[in-house]
Amino acid sequence: MKIVVCVKYVPDIQSDRRLVDGRAVRDGGDGTLNELDENAVEAALSLVEAAGEGSVTVVTVGPEDAVDAVRKGLQMGADEAVHVLDDAIAGSDALATARVLAAAVRHVGDADLVVTGMAGLDGLTSLVPTALAALLDVPALPLAASLEVTGSVVRVTRNLDHASEVLEADLPALVSVTDQANEPRYPNFKGIMAARKKPVTTLTLADLGLDAALVGDAGARTEVLEAAPRPARENRVLVTDTGDAGARLAAYLVENQLV
Amino acid sequence: MSDTLVLLDHTASGDLRTPVRELVTLARSLGGGVRGAWAVDGAEPSAQALAELGALGVTQVHRIVADADLRGTAVLAEGLAGLVEATGSTTLLAVSSFENKELAARLAVTTGAGVVTDADALERVDGRLVAGKTVFAGTWTTRCAVRTALAVVLVKANSVVASDADAPVEPQVTEHAFTPTPAATRVRVVERTDRPDSGRPELGSAHIVVTGGRGTEGDFTPLEELADVLGAAVGATRVATDEGWIGHDAQIGQTGVTISPRLYIGAGVSGAVHHRGGMQASGTIVAINSDPDAPIFEIADYGVVGDLKQVVPQLTQELRRLKG
Repeated sequence: MKIVVCVKYVPDIQSDRRLVDGRAVRDGGDGTLNELDENAVEAALSLVEAAGEGSVTVVTVGPEDAVDAVRKGLQMGADEAVHVLDDAIAGSDALATARVLAAAVRHVGDADLVVTGMAGLDGLTSLVPTALAALLDVPALPLAASLEVTGSVVRVTRNLDHASEVLEADLPALVSVTDQANEPRYPNFKGIMAARKKPVTTLTLADLGLDAALVGDAGARTEVLEAAPRPARENRVLVTDTGDAGARLAAYLVENQLV
Repeated sequence: MSDTLVLLDHTASGDLRTPVRELVTLARSLGGGVRGAWAVDGAEPSAQALAELGALGVTQVHRIVADADLRGTAVLAEGLAGLVEATGSTTLLAVSSFENKELAARLAVTTGAGVVTDADALERVDGRLVAGKTVFAGTWTTRCAVRTALAVVLVKANSVVASDADAPVEPQVTEHAFTPTPAATRVRVVERTDRPDSGRPELGSAHIVVTGGRGTEGDFTPLEELADVLGAAVGATRVATDEGWIGHDAQIGQTGVTISPRLYIGAGVSGAVHHRGGMQASGTIVAINSDPDAPIFEIADYGVVGDLKQVVPQLTQELRRLKG
């Protein structure tokens, strides 16, 4: 089974995240592999281990530092990596990112399964997995809280706001996994050393035969007009309970017409 | 000005989901008429739903009918794309949910639509749609303009207050039948289990949410009693759901349910960044925690350092008294 995992390099959510010119700042050493993509790598590694054969390729699209994201995937146990690096990509929206990923997945070739995380913890749009599946013309099974592959059929369970579902499709297919799907492994020393020898292929848009006008700012279908940190909340109250805090809170809620 | 199309999320018994009323209210503010798209996925619009839509000013309800399972988002996306074309709509609004994000992603690929997810405001500026949204776990606000001819905007629940139109209308109900492509039916919905009705408002759209975390030590009873006095939904942190104290569907956070109620009350919630990302856009934040250093106090409008087992029952009792 050949699995391609698409991962994203994002600002660490514990860092001071910010936007400049409408884009998330992803430099300055505060970047990391999107936490939710660790679940995707783990799911792929587990499937290959269970099948006893196969390979896992990690793919990312992003600036130079983004190679750290695929390296983490290699340290966890993936076999090889692809990093699409091109100045024209900066400012890409979710659809343009999906276009580049689709071209990269095709470049890797013959994937039985494409696995992604459920969302990037920076933009949180969750648009890329389904858009990627549509562009690759394979069925999408997003938000898998569990998944299994039996023969050539993939089956997932997923929990939506109002219902839970079991979905099934024939391979090749795309699955996005949630943080319920598994507990990602930590790279051990052996894994970290082994990763140094694993191949990372760097590709440009030209290598993928992609038109630069479809990606980056030029291809973006939305434009950020304004972005600013939210002002701190005003008139904040902090009380220590001395026996009547519940009653005082009730009075606050009623006075402010919150209940 | 072309009409705005609103996807009418509904229950299995054919009633409107609460945020749909907010969406229609928002759609009216954009100018032009408002049409509804109803996926006939087993449920037809109830008489009450049609009456509500009429009161909200929806002139037409398009029943999307397919000879395939419309619960599959790839199928419904094709139906919506066809309906957008047939009605000449340039704006499609839907509730911001994971399923609707799947629809939006497909429409982006097949129709060239520009998509904004998790919007909390929408206006037309010089003919362009401009959406407001918060990013980075509610710590930044942004405004985004859609550059394309077709805009698909997913709007968060509780972004606007629903109101009826000045003059009610009688919606015309029409059928939009289509045959999905073989590609759209490759995913089979083997099973679908609707969540049982808790008797409380739905977490994602409730106006008030009472949330419990590690500090509850597994006992949600005082929180449920408070929720019932307030007519609130009950949510939880990842720790509480992982411990099995409450179902996973109650988990608030970036990977669970994202909420922005008018009032959020967290009891025994520390306020880890993953949780804050799912609730920081709430109107008023109240926190009760025995640890004065809990990060949730950094974002709380009203914080109580104290034992929730004392504070919450007293709060419930006092509210019951004040509300008579």
